Amino acid sequence: MIDSPRLTNAILYVSGVTVSFDGFRALNELSLFLEPGELRAVIGPNGAGKSTMMDVITGKTRPDSGEVFLHGRHDLTKLDEAAIASLGVGRKFQRPTVFESHTVFENLELALKCDRRARYSLFARMSADQRARIDSILAEIGLADRAADRAGLLSHGQKQWLEIGMVLAQDPDVLLIDEPAAGMTDAETMQTAEMLKRISGGDRAVVVVEHDMEFVRALDCKVTALHEGSVLAEGTLDAVSADEAVIEVYLGR
Amino acid sequence: MLNLIDGKGRIFLTILIVISVGAVMLNALAPVGSPVHVPNYMISLIGKYLCYALLALSVDLIWGYAGILSLGHGAFFALGGYAMGMHLMREIGDRGVYGNPDLPDFMVFLNWQELPWYWMGSDSPLFAIIMCMAAPGLLAFLFGWFAFRSRVTGVYLSIISQAMTFALMLAFFRNDMGFGGNNGLTDFKTFLGLDLQADATRAGLMLASALALALGYLLCRWMTTSKYGRVLIAVRDAESRARFVGYRVEHYKLFAFVVSAMIAGVAGALYTPQVGIINPSEFQPANSIEIIVWVAVGGRGTLVGAALGAVLVNYAKTYLTGAIPELWLFALGGLFIAVTLFFPKGVLGVMGDLMAKRPRRKPTGSAPTMEAGDD
Repeated sequence: MIDSPRLTNAILYVSGVTVSFDGFRALNELSLFLEPGELRAVIGPNGAGKSTMMDVITGKTRPDSGEVFLHGRHDLTKLDEAAIASLGVGRKFQRPTVFESHTVFENLELALKCDRRARYSLFARMSADQRARIDSILAEIGLADRAADRAGLLSHGQKQWLEIGMVLAQDPDVLLIDEPAAGMTDAETMQTAEMLKRISGGDRAVVVVEHDMEFVRALDCKVTALHEGSVLAEGTLDAVSADEAVIEVYLGR
Repeated sequence: MLNLIDGKGRIFLTILIVISVGAVMLNALAPVGSPVHVPNYMISLIGKYLCYALLALSVDLIWGYAGILSLGHGAFFALGGYAMGMHLMREIGDRGVYGNPDLPDFMVFLNWQELPWYWMGSDSPLFAIIMCMAAPGLLAFLFGWFAFRSRVTGVYLSIISQAMTFALMLAFFRNDMGFGGNNGLTDFKTFLGLDLQADATRAGLMLASALALALGYLLCRWMTTSKYGRVLIAVRDAESRARFVGYRVEHYKLFAFVVSAMIAGVAGALYTPQVGIINPSEFQPANSIEIIVWVAVGGRGTLVGAALGAVLVNYAKTYLTGAIPELWLFALGGLFIAVTLFFPKGVLGVMGDLMAKRPRRKPTGSAPTMEAGDD
């Protein structure tokens, strides 16, 4: 179905992954290959397996079969969440999840890439470089003036941005972003699309799961349509939307 | 270092020094019968309260900051108490009822011929002091290692922690465990050669408890104001997020849990010589639940509040058992319900809210339940 991937080149290599919950196949021989620097939108109706795919990549769920490799050498099916995160996979949840009793600045401080071990954290002091990095992320996500506020006080859209900022602070090679535009105004949605286009590229690949077609169009990137745990179609948004099978299951005609 | 002692901490440490040193001075210097004289029993009572405060502090470290609701923390306190009690038994020597220089009375009574291996070393006070931290620390490490690695959280963790202390209670009740069965360890005479009934020794133990409380507070404060502490709070509020950010949640929890158990052990070790007995009833699940109540009443996640709650509730207990002996349990129960219903942030939270309403204080915007994280 999909051309044999150049394993060494794909930053994220997902091949033939199957996950079953009590007989229900959430993922069915799913394969997905991501080039370095690529921005990819994943669409699909509820239950298509989008979230399960992210769970498998980030180590929350173990697949029944199949392979998941990062950089062609790290077998992600053998690692747990913390190890995968440290290898450079960042994830934003569907429901914005930030550390609500910490300030916006502290949220980014905790996410900032550094030694994560407890004995290091006990004696950690923030360097000027780290402070500058946090300031630049604050500017990127447009929350510079809210830095000292508790994250719990932010609006829904601002929490979404803060969470994207936290994922950025991890300085990952692969970002998995689940429904970033949910609950945002149209203007915020477009700003978010611009931001995601900006942060992908270089060596950093970004996967965005989204329902909002306007948003996906604004991302202007390759689209993967999922259905019943497998890839239904892949290509430009126009090509995918014109695909008979996609029209059948996704647009409900 | 700068924010190690904040406004609350300064007040807390000042009050602690004034009360402990002041009580000792008034006990020793003011003549008996004068209104400012502090009677001997009061010195021991303060010492006991300070041990409870230290125990509450240890629970607040894990419950208030890491969200680990341990309903078995009394077990670590009791283990510390037993480690000290074993040494105090050995110090009795041939002054016991049976006059056996090597064996404690209860072992003679059971016809034991020699000390069990796990009583080895208990004749050394230094060994006892090490063991009062090492024994609870080791148990907490084993318990935490399995529980946190298997991601046992919430009510399930509370239940197995309760099961742990209950199992220990049953074990320590058995005579052949070698810890004195249901009588426990008692009839202590001296510690470091000092008469435990002497005023000076009692004052010294009370001051040692105050010092331990102050050091325990500073240790917890240092941990919770560091980045480690911020990660701990992050784990409490959004555990899976912390995992996906890349933190090994189980290591963070385990470290806090072990430190907390060791602090509880020190509290137990100081408690035993001051009350003169340690027995298996200290392992009762109800005791552990009571500690949670102290922390809730004082204000969770504030450290100072935990210590305050322990003293307030225990003072209320002492007072009510005297004033309304048949109704005191109802009064105490009513107090707990009222506090959790109307003051969910505890006494310290109410005080914080009152302070925040005063205009000259600049708004900090932090809820008292959480504020130890950022001020």
